[in-house]
Amino acid sequence: MLHNLFIGELAERLAKRQISSVELTRHFLSRIERLNPALNAFITLTAERALLDAAAADARLGSGERGPLLGIPLIHKDIFCTDGVKTSCGSRMLDNFVSPYDATVVARLKGAGTVMLGKSNMDEFAMGSSNETSYYGPVKNPWDISKVPGGSSGGSAAATAARLTPVATGTDTGGSIRQPAALTGVTGLKPTYGRVSRFGMIAFASSLDQAGVFARSASDAAAVLQAMAGFDPRDSTSVDVPVPDYSKDLGKPLKGLKIGLLREFFDGLETRNAALIEDALNIYTGLGAETREVSLPHLPLSVPTYYVVAPAECSSNLSRFDGVRFGHRCEEPKDLLDLYKRSRGEGFGAEVKRRIMTGTYVLSAGYFDAYYLKAQKARRMITDDFRAAFEKVDLVIGPTTPTPAFGIGAKMNDPVLMYLNDIYTIGANLAGLPGVSVPCGFVEGLPMGLQLIGPHFAEAKLLNAAHQYQQATDWHKHAPRGYE
Amino acid sequence: MSLTRQDVEKIAHLARLSITEQEMPVYVTSLSSIVDFVDELSRTDTSGVQPMAHPLDGQHQRLRADEVTESDSREKYQRNAPAVAAGLYVVPRVIE
Repeated sequence: MLHNLFIGELAERLAKRQISSVELTRHFLSRIERLNPALNAFITLTAERALLDAAAADARLGSGERGPLLGIPLIHKDIFCTDGVKTSCGSRMLDNFVSPYDATVVARLKGAGTVMLGKSNMDEFAMGSSNETSYYGPVKNPWDISKVPGGSSGGSAAATAARLTPVATGTDTGGSIRQPAALTGVTGLKPTYGRVSRFGMIAFASSLDQAGVFARSASDAAAVLQAMAGFDPRDSTSVDVPVPDYSKDLGKPLKGLKIGLLREFFDGLETRNAALIEDALNIYTGLGAETREVSLPHLPLSVPTYYVVAPAECSSNLSRFDGVRFGHRCEEPKDLLDLYKRSRGEGFGAEVKRRIMTGTYVLSAGYFDAYYLKAQKARRMITDDFRAAFEKVDLVIGPTTPTPAFGIGAKMNDPVLMYLNDIYTIGANLAGLPGVSVPCGFVEGLPMGLQLIGPHFAEAKLLNAAHQYQQATDWHKHAPRGYE
Repeated sequence: MSLTRQDVEKIAHLARLSITEQEMPVYVTSLSSIVDFVDELSRTDTSGVQPMAHPLDGQHQRLRADEVTESDSREKYQRNAPAVAAGLYVVPRVIE
């Protein structure tokens, strides 16, 4: 079936004109229509526009043009601005917002000939680890609809796992690509901070946010990253470093690759989850990699550090939502202060308000040094730990999450319990490092993820290691029942 | 409780957020538990450590030439505004 093919295979069929992009787009749109109601993975569907874009891609193919993404359907997380299409960021605040321009990521992927099927559901303003904070309701995990798909890019993850799209974009501030990828059994890549432009990507925490990819294989992720990555003068944090060919080294043997096993990631990890990681390590040893233990002694500080830094930046970023220039405005404000307070109070959901207030508190007079400055110091200690580890090894490895997908509602009343779910993913964001999660097996029928983290700009090496693992295993080929 | 209701009211005011009566006790409890949780940092020795603001050391904010690069799109942008008049954003009267 078409939806089980990888984009390399789809591109080949498109190139040989065995299928058209319009046929492919119709196939995925009909799957979405049939299967999405149970999952709620979308906020907006753009079917009409998709068919027009597909026809345009077919015309380009017809004139002899070829490209790895030409005519390939995808979905964008609803955090990316899309010209003329509602961009809600999962919030009531932006329920009426139609973006007047495209994010650079969207523009680049459009230029590469991709066909946008729709905008995916997400935690409100990307603040959440379960996709339960969305104004548009929770996304369900296709492996078990009583479970969360993870968050914040839960819609992109669930749709990719359910074969409603071949690939999807996402963003990762504290694990929002890798964690949902792990919990839904797909491949999720968070690039180095600054590797992909954030222009037109609604900001949450500016020193942490980075755009990335969901795919069903590392090789597919490489093709999409290729089109997304690169310098953008419109993003002041975009880094002007040449973009390598991410597909070129996928097949490189891993002989001699030094992989560091993160000791701290195994503390308290349940036996069955740890066993899957052990199996993965054995695969890597079999592929010729050398493994050794490495330690990040300050890693336990990463969650409290993150939950100071991220809310602080969020409180500043979200001050732009003032009910004046765009977004929700309350009815009959009695003065300007009332307009601000009620527009924001009504427009933001509970978790977003909690993070704004946490951030406001840690930045307020008398607390700045004790919390924010302290967290920035702890951040350097964590980053230095990674730097020391990468002097000994090429990549580090561990689980993506402590447990498989948890039940919808299970952690919603305890924010700290929810935050601890990010314990293995946050470190890479604090240090600006690239990371990838690949499916590595199942616990009680639910997928688990293996996480690889590399030094800055080591995406090619990460993708090579992930691809080699996927050549030796078939975990990434498993489809949830009912979505095969 | 590390934060009182008065603390939370003050924070909400600084953040320009209206909080309803029903929501208030939930925020007092949950913000207190978050503050207690991040307080773990206060037990960490960070003496001599330089605070880190940017994840890539040595990266600086770029400056560009002061040239016009964007055209005027006011009309397009104001389509998203709750209230405009004569090309201006309308807000409640600020100066009597």
